[in-house]
Amino acid sequence: MDIINLSGWEMREKLLNKEISSREIVKSHLDRIDKVEENINAFITIDKEKALKDADMVDEKIKNGENVGILAGIPIGIKDNIITKDFRTTAGSKMLENFTPIYDATVVKKVKENDGIILGKTNLDEFAMGGTTQSSYFGPTKNPLDETKIPGGSSGGSAAAIAAKEVALSLGSDTGGSIRIPASYCGIVGIKPTYGLVSRYGLISLSNSLDQIGVFGKDVRDAVLMLNAVSGHDSMDTTSINNDIKLDIESLVDSLKGMKIGLPKEYLDLEMDPKVKEEMDKAINILKDGGAIIEEVSLPNIKYANEAYNIIVCGDASSNMARFDGIRYGYRAADYETLDELYIKSRTEAFGDEVKKRILLGTYLLSGQRGDEYYKKAQKVRTLIINDFNDIFSKYDTIICPTATNLPFNLGGSRPSKYYNYNEAINLAGLCSISIPTSKGDGLSVGLQIIGDRFKESNIIKAALAYEGMVK
Amino acid sequence: MRYKTIIGLEIHVELMTKTKIFCSCTNEFGGEVNTHCCPVCLGLPGAMPILNKAVLEYAMKAGIAFNCNIARNTKMDRKNYFYSDLVKGYQISQDDIPLCEGGYIEIESKEGPKKVHLNRIHIEEDTGKSVHTEDGDTLLDYNRAGVPLIEIVSKPEMNSAEEARLFLEKLRATLKYIEVSDCKMEEGSLRCDININIVDMETGNKTNITEIKNLNSFRAAVKAIEHEEKRHIDLLKEGKNSEKETRRWDEVQGETIIMRQKGGAADYRFAVDGDILPIEISEEWIEEIKNSLPELPHDKKQRFIREYGLTEYDAEVLTQSRDIALFYEDTVKHIDDPKLVSNWIMGDVLRRLNDEDLEVDSLKFDSKALADLIKLVKDEKINNNTGKKVLRDMFETGKDPNSIVKEKGLIQISDQGELSSIVDKVLDDNQQSIEDYKNGKDRAVGYLMGQIMKATRGKANPQLVNKMLVEKLESR
Repeated sequence: MDIINLSGWEMREKLLNKEISSREIVKSHLDRIDKVEENINAFITIDKEKALKDADMVDEKIKNGENVGILAGIPIGIKDNIITKDFRTTAGSKMLENFTPIYDATVVKKVKENDGIILGKTNLDEFAMGGTTQSSYFGPTKNPLDETKIPGGSSGGSAAAIAAKEVALSLGSDTGGSIRIPASYCGIVGIKPTYGLVSRYGLISLSNSLDQIGVFGKDVRDAVLMLNAVSGHDSMDTTSINNDIKLDIESLVDSLKGMKIGLPKEYLDLEMDPKVKEEMDKAINILKDGGAIIEEVSLPNIKYANEAYNIIVCGDASSNMARFDGIRYGYRAADYETLDELYIKSRTEAFGDEVKKRILLGTYLLSGQRGDEYYKKAQKVRTLIINDFNDIFSKYDTIICPTATNLPFNLGGSRPSKYYNYNEAINLAGLCSISIPTSKGDGLSVGLQIIGDRFKESNIIKAALAYEGMVK
Repeated sequence: MRYKTIIGLEIHVELMTKTKIFCSCTNEFGGEVNTHCCPVCLGLPGAMPILNKAVLEYAMKAGIAFNCNIARNTKMDRKNYFYSDLVKGYQISQDDIPLCEGGYIEIESKEGPKKVHLNRIHIEEDTGKSVHTEDGDTLLDYNRAGVPLIEIVSKPEMNSAEEARLFLEKLRATLKYIEVSDCKMEEGSLRCDININIVDMETGNKTNITEIKNLNSFRAAVKAIEHEEKRHIDLLKEGKNSEKETRRWDEVQGETIIMRQKGGAADYRFAVDGDILPIEISEEWIEEIKNSLPELPHDKKQRFIREYGLTEYDAEVLTQSRDIALFYEDTVKHIDDPKLVSNWIMGDVLRRLNDEDLEVDSLKFDSKALADLIKLVKDEKINNNTGKKVLRDMFETGKDPNSIVKEKGLIQISDQGELSSIVDKVLDDNQQSIEDYKNGKDRAVGYLMGQIMKATRGKANPQLVNKMLVEKLESR
C-alpha cells in the first residue's frame, strides 16, 4: 500500500483503525515532496519538522485514547494568502517575503483544532491576482498532469500539491474562479462555497464581497470532509453565515432521479476546445442516464459579468493593497528621503506587474465621478445577474457548465484569445459551485462545474457524488 | 456692518464606548504605546472589522440630541489616502449616507436665540498618532487607531467668534450631558476645525475659505477666528483675496500660519467597505435611544426657571453641566429654598471648583452636607461669614458642617443679655469712637462692629448686634 495514493478520508480511517500512524502518513508525503517539489513548485514555504511534531501529537492522542478531530493526521496545504501564526505568509509577493503573522486565520485555527497536519503554504498568483499561478514572486507552479502546462490559478499551488500527491487536502480562495479553474486543470475536486459559509477572517483580501475560502480534495468526499472542517459562523467575520451548516455525506449519496438541472445556453454559445465540448456532451449524457432532468435555461445578463467583475475587483484591490506601504511590516525600500518616496519606492520595487495594473485601474475607476459611473453601475449589473440566477433556482436544483472552456495552456505562454468563462458570475451572485473531473482518464483533465443556490451546497454535493459514482 | 464673517465648524469627537469601533481593544486615553492594539485595529493583512453596536448607539444619541434625522439604512465607506498613522491606507468612514443628517444647535446669541444648523453627523475610526522625536525620527503609536469618532459638520451659519464659542460650548455641554464623550480638548477627544471667510456687504466680494486646524481650546478657536477675520478684512480692504488654504493656529505667535494650499478638491476615492454589512436601523431602536436620553441642557434650563423661579442666567449656569444640575437639585431636596441654594452653589461652590479646575464629583461633601450648612445660616445659628468659613473647612476636610460648628464653637450668639454686656464693654473701651459717632462719623459703627465680632470670634449675630449698637450709641 502506498499511503500517498489514498484519499484523505481513507488515510483517516486507517489511522483510527491503527493500521498506520500519523507520522507514517506525514513522512510518506514529505518523502514525496522531496521527490517532486523541486519540479512542481507547489509550495512557497514548507516546515517538515513542525509537520512531524504535529503528527506525533496526533499519534500520542490516539495512543491515549483521546478523541481526535475530523482531519486527524491528514497532510494539508494552505494557500499562502491565508494567514498562519508564526508561519511565513507571503501572498506570493516580494512585498511579504519576510512577513510572519501574529495570528491564525479562522480556517487555519479550525484545521489545527481538527488535528489536520499543515505541511506548508502553497503557491499562488501574486495576491491571488491571476488565473495561472505564473505571477508568483516565488516562481511558477507546474501542472502535475503535464509539466509543460499551467496548473491554473490563482490557487494553483493548492491544486498541484494534491495532484502531485504532496498533500491530501488543501485550502484555496476563489474570487472569480481561483479554486475551480485549477481544480479543473489539475484533475481534482474543488469547491467554492457560498459567500459566507466559510469565514474569511485571515484571508488577505482581494475583493471583499467576492472572495471566498474554499477547499480541494482528490474526490468529492475529501472535499466535503475539508469543507465541514472549516465552515461555520465566525464572530470575527460579520459576513459569515449565522449558523453551522454541516454536510452529512452519507445522506447525500443518492440517485439523481428527479434532480432538475439547468444548462445555460449562454455557456453553450461560448467557443470551446473540442475536447471540452466532447467531455461536456458525455457528462450531460451520464447525468441524464442517472435520472437527472436537464433543460436549457437562459441567464440573459451574464454577458456583462466579466466587465462588472473587473471593475469591482480592481476598485476593491486598489484599496485593499493600500495597507502594504512599507511602514509597519513587509518590504521597505532601502533608500528614501521623504515619506512619499518611501511609499513609492517600496511599492514600485515589491509589487509585480499584475498587482500594479489592478491598482492603477482600480484607482482610476474610483476617482472623481467615475466611482458613480463605473463602480456603482457595476454593482447594479451585479443585482441583475443575481436576479437571473434567482429565477433559475426557483425552478432548478443546480446549473451545470464546463469549469473552463479550454485546456490549460503552456507554461510561459499567454492566454489564448478565446479564453473566456463565466466563473466570475458565480462570485458576483455569491453562489456555491463545485468542479469535478468529467472523466478518470490519463492526461489533461476537463472540469464539470455544478452550481447551486446560496447555501444549497447539499444539492451540488449530491449531484457531484452521483456523477463521480457513475463516471468511468 | 460692512464686513460679514461666515464661519462653519467641523468637530471630531471621540466616543467613550468601552471598546474600539471595529475590535474589542480597550478604548481609553493614554496607556503604554502600542498596547491597546490587535490585528484588526493595526489593519494587519486578513483582519476584518466588526462594527461595534455601541458606536451606532452613541452617535444616534448625539444625533437625536441635536435634532438630526437618523438614517434607516446606511453603510460604511472607505476613504482612501496614504499617511503613516493610517494603518490600512484608507479610513473607514461614511460618505454619501451619514448616520445623522440635518439638525441644529440653538445658541443664545446677542441678538437672541439662534439656530445653527448641521449638515450631518457621521461615524468613523480615528487614526494612530505620530510622535516626532528630537532626533527627527517619527514614531508611531496605534493605541488611538480605531477609536470611534463622530464628525459633526455645521452649516456656515455663525457670524462671529462669540457665536462659534457659544456653539462649541453648547455642543460640548450636550455631548457630556448625554455621556457619549468626555470632550477633553487637551486629550484630543474633541477636535475642532474652522472654515471661515468674509463677505464685503457693500461690494458683494467674498474672500476664499480658509480652514484652520490645530485648535486645542475654545479660547484658541476664538482668537484664531478673530485673527483670521482681521486678516481677511485687511486683504479685502487692499483689494486682494485670501488663498484657498489650510492654516494652523500658533498659540505662541498668536497667529495663523499656512500649512498647505488647497488645490482641487481632495479625491478620496470613496467606495463601500465590503467587509461591513449594510446597517439597518429600526424605528424601535431609535425610540429606545430617544427614551434613554437624559433631560437635555436646554429643557433642563427651562424647567429650572419654571420650577425653581431662577433667573435665566442662574438657570444657564446651573445647567451647564449635568453634575452641577444634579447637585443643585439634590441640595434643594434637602432644603427647600431654591434661590438660596442657587446663591451658595453659584457663589462659593462653583468659584472654588473653577479656581482649582475641579469637577463636582471631586467634592469631599455631598448635597446633604451643603444643605445642612445653608440651613445653619438660614436659621441664624451661624452668620453668613462663618458659613463661608465652614464651607472652606468642608472643602478641605469633607467634615459635616454641624460637627465643624460644634467643634469650633461657632454657634452664633443671639442671646440678648450676653450680647448686651459685650456691646457695653466694647463701648466702654472705645470712648473715642462714641465721640466720632456723635460727630457724625458713621465709620465708627463699622469699627465698633469689628471690635464686637473680634470679641466674639465672629459669632455674634450681626443683625442683632447692629441694632443694639445703634440703640446704645444713641442713648449714650
